[in-house]
Amino acid sequence: MKKAGDKVQPLSLQEIGERNEPTDDQVWQLRLYVAGQTPRSLTAFANLKKICEEHLAGRYNIEVVDLVKHPQLAAGDQILAIPTLVRKLPQPLRKIVGDLRDTERALVGLQLRPATPEK
Amino acid sequence: MSKTSGKNSPQNRSLPKAPTGIQGLDEITGGGFPRGRPTLVCGSAGAGKTLLAMEFLIRGATEYNEPGVFMAFEETAPELTQNVRSLGFDLDELAEQKKLIIDYVRIERSEIDETGDYDLEGLFIRLAAAIDAVGAQRVVLDTIENLFAGLQNEGILRAELRRLFRWLKDRGVSAVITAERGEGALTRHGLEEYVSDCVILLDHRVTDQVSTRRLRIVKYRGTAHGTNEYPFLIDEDGFSVLPVTSLGLQHEVSNERISSGVPRLDTMLGGEGFFRGTTILVSGTAGTGKTSLAAHVVDAACRRGERCLYFSFEESQGQLIRNMRSIGLNLEQWSKKNLLQFHSSRATFYGLEMHLAIIHKIVQEFQPRVVIIDPIGSLIQAGNRRDAHTMLIRLIDFLKQRQVTAFLTNLTSGGEALEKTDVEISSIVDTWLFMRDIELDGERNRALYVLKSRGMAHSNQLREFLLTERGVDLLNVYVGPEGVLTGSSRLSQEAREEAAAVDRRQEVERKERERTRKREALEARIAALRKEFEVEEEEAATSVSRDVSREKVIAENRAAMSRSRQADMVKGSALPKGRRSS
Repeated sequence: MKKAGDKVQPLSLQEIGERNEPTDDQVWQLRLYVAGQTPRSLTAFANLKKICEEHLAGRYNIEVVDLVKHPQLAAGDQILAIPTLVRKLPQPLRKIVGDLRDTERALVGLQLRPATPEK
Repeated sequence: MSKTSGKNSPQNRSLPKAPTGIQGLDEITGGGFPRGRPTLVCGSAGAGKTLLAMEFLIRGATEYNEPGVFMAFEETAPELTQNVRSLGFDLDELAEQKKLIIDYVRIERSEIDETGDYDLEGLFIRLAAAIDAVGAQRVVLDTIENLFAGLQNEGILRAELRRLFRWLKDRGVSAVITAERGEGALTRHGLEEYVSDCVILLDHRVTDQVSTRRLRIVKYRGTAHGTNEYPFLIDEDGFSVLPVTSLGLQHEVSNERISSGVPRLDTMLGGEGFFRGTTILVSGTAGTGKTSLAAHVVDAACRRGERCLYFSFEESQGQLIRNMRSIGLNLEQWSKKNLLQFHSSRATFYGLEMHLAIIHKIVQEFQPRVVIIDPIGSLIQAGNRRDAHTMLIRLIDFLKQRQVTAFLTNLTSGGEALEKTDVEISSIVDTWLFMRDIELDGERNRALYVLKSRGMAHSNQLREFLLTERGVDLLNVYVGPEGVLTGSSRLSQEAREEAAAVDRRQEVERKERERTRKREALEARIAALRKEFEVEEEEAATSVSRDVSREKVIAENRAAMSRSRQADMVKGSALPKGRRSS
């Protein structure tokens, strides 16, 4: 909270549209943090898969990290909430917390929202 | 989660405690924070929450062999390390020894979006991993309320916090959770709702431009605890709480007597001086020698090899040493031998509580046998009269408990009743010496008397108090028909008395001589009379013998006559018959 802004600008919808130029060739690096095979984790993964298939078909890469198995990885991406989806690429880094059941919000979070008409 | 921490904790008390190792805090909490349970530390910004929590961990790791985890939500590990390095703690070293882990949790609101359900399992996993890494028995969450700023769904957050505190309890770690003070509530987000075993409130208050830190135990389940506000200090040794109000009248008493450094004053005090561990107040008007007397007490104590603390609110160390040299006291030598410590500060520099706290701390560190506070009246400037009064009572009790002899000076200003102290502590002191001026014949002299001294037959006499280059001296004052005389008046009176004494002596000698003469004259007369008597006696004897011989001659003559007349010789009756007939 103290150093807000030096890495990531708070974004308005308009800004998201401007920034998020359609870059078809870029591969999206996504990482989903879960803790065990809980129903919520499974829901999150399913929702993510669906979104990616719809919006990023062929150019996405999902890595699922189970913190129960690798607890030391939690610190790296500053994970508190489970499930958390981290967009490693493209920059900037984004985090979406929750099971992604609200697709609209998930899209905004991933900055895919303006990309919707393109498909 | 292979190790279960807290299982080897000592269970020797009914409610197990995790000692904080913080001076004073363990005292008022009856042994520390509740072991295996969370403790909430709340306070406004800058109140010292983080430091208290950090010291709890560090002391645990270093003194009680209980490793700890510091989960920081505000400051990064390097920042924290740097912050406490100034207090003499090396976190890097502790981290290397696997005694302490600092885990910085960054929550960047702007890069997080929320959609749908989630929980804080990630936090739990991180915490569990850290706890397991060092086998932590102590955990600090500083300041967990930052989660509220980072995550929107308060419903989830609250449920998760409740689960977290439950989880901490289940793991048996002694946790300290810090929280920001809220408006009209202990914490901004009502954490006290979840952490209810022990709640500590830190306060940083500024009254009359003087700031004081205070600590209060709002609640401590299953423990009798002090409920007052206790002042605390943050200094180069870290955190220290001063349980200044937890005092009773159960202090031990000593029969040992200690010298005041002025032999004549000892004489006035039943011949042996003060009782050890008592409180001595010397009050008097300006310039009557209170500080000089205090310096003597110091000097005497140091000569006995005892440590002395001198709190001065008016003079600096250098000034005191220089001034006392003028009356022949070398205080510097004691200071150099570390028997004497001066602490000079303006009374207004801190609040009263702070003064008390500092005095406590220094007394505990230095372990003196004698403490001088010069003058106590200055403390009123640091607070109001009533506060100063209670503070002094606490201070006196504290010193008495430690068997420290306290020597307090008090300035009586001219306008006030003389036998009165500004802070009305005269009733709780054991010995009260009073110094006053006596102004007479164009000069001002000092006088001292013992107003009271508990437990000893003290003198009721007024003594003249002289400051010489060899120190303080007490002299008898002249008390006579002309009143109390001191100084030159006393000297001239003494001279007059001396002259009168010489006169009296001469008179006696004269009388003695006269008596001798008289005796000699009488004896001469007696001798003369005796001689006269002897002569008379001799004469009397001669005349008697003469008479006898004359009688004899007459008788012979008569016999011869009768023989010649051839009278009848009547034997035996011849004489009277013959005389009758003739």
